[in-house]
Amino acid sequence: MGDLNEFTLPVQLFLRAYRWRRIDPVPWTQLRKPLRECRVVIVSSAGFVLAEQAPFDSSVKGGDSSFREIPSEVEINTLIDTHRSDAFDHTGLRQDPNLAFPMDRMRELVLSGRIGSVNRRHISFMGSITAPGRFMRESIPAMAELLKNDSVDVALLVPV
Amino acid sequence: MSNQAVSLVAAELERRGMATVAIQLLRLPAEKVRPPRALLVPFRHGYPLDAPAAPARQRAVIESALRLLEDKTLEPPAIVEF
Repeated sequence: MGDLNEFTLPVQLFLRAYRWRRIDPVPWTQLRKPLRECRVVIVSSAGFVLAEQAPFDSSVKGGDSSFREIPSEVEINTLIDTHRSDAFDHTGLRQDPNLAFPMDRMRELVLSGRIGSVNRRHISFMGSITAPGRFMRESIPAMAELLKNDSVDVALLVPV
Repeated sequence: MSNQAVSLVAAELERRGMATVAIQLLRLPAEKVRPPRALLVPFRHGYPLDAPAAPARQRAVIESALRLLEDKTLEPPAIVEF
């Protein structure tokens, strides 16, 4: 794994030809305090939503750039997989959402003292965004603003 | 596309003073997009933290990611294999 061989040939060709968005310059923030004092947020592209939230919309051309806030007290098994991609196997995510939204693991890390706390809310979006212009202009700044306002120190980002 | 999307989010959070570590499932987008800190895992898409209902295996991946945050020798962009 880690290479393109898990995908069908058409998907491989698409990924090789795709114009990836290069981050340049690459920003860098060092930890300013020990992890045991840090507030941590999960950012997951697995497309999970709460039962009362709208599912992600696979009909949006270029990808659904919206995101959902997931509260830290969420019962992990109530998260609903609304990611529409058929390019990967959803079985594991549906069996255990921690696989891409590791809320239970984060709680364990707090209890063990490895991290200071989990943020009161976390970020979920659907990662199948082939045209990320709106995502970059609107959604990412909005996510960053709310996490900054929450005094988040560290983000764990999990693609799917 | 998921790998790129989380990397773009990571970059903005870093610009605003939050330290990030992004799991990456594919080397190609990790190298092209260049998230600040990336843990390249050997798992297939849909399984970024290894296996469902396997807390110890999921913890191992997360712990490796957390260690990247503590590694003062890394320089951006840092891509480290799990």
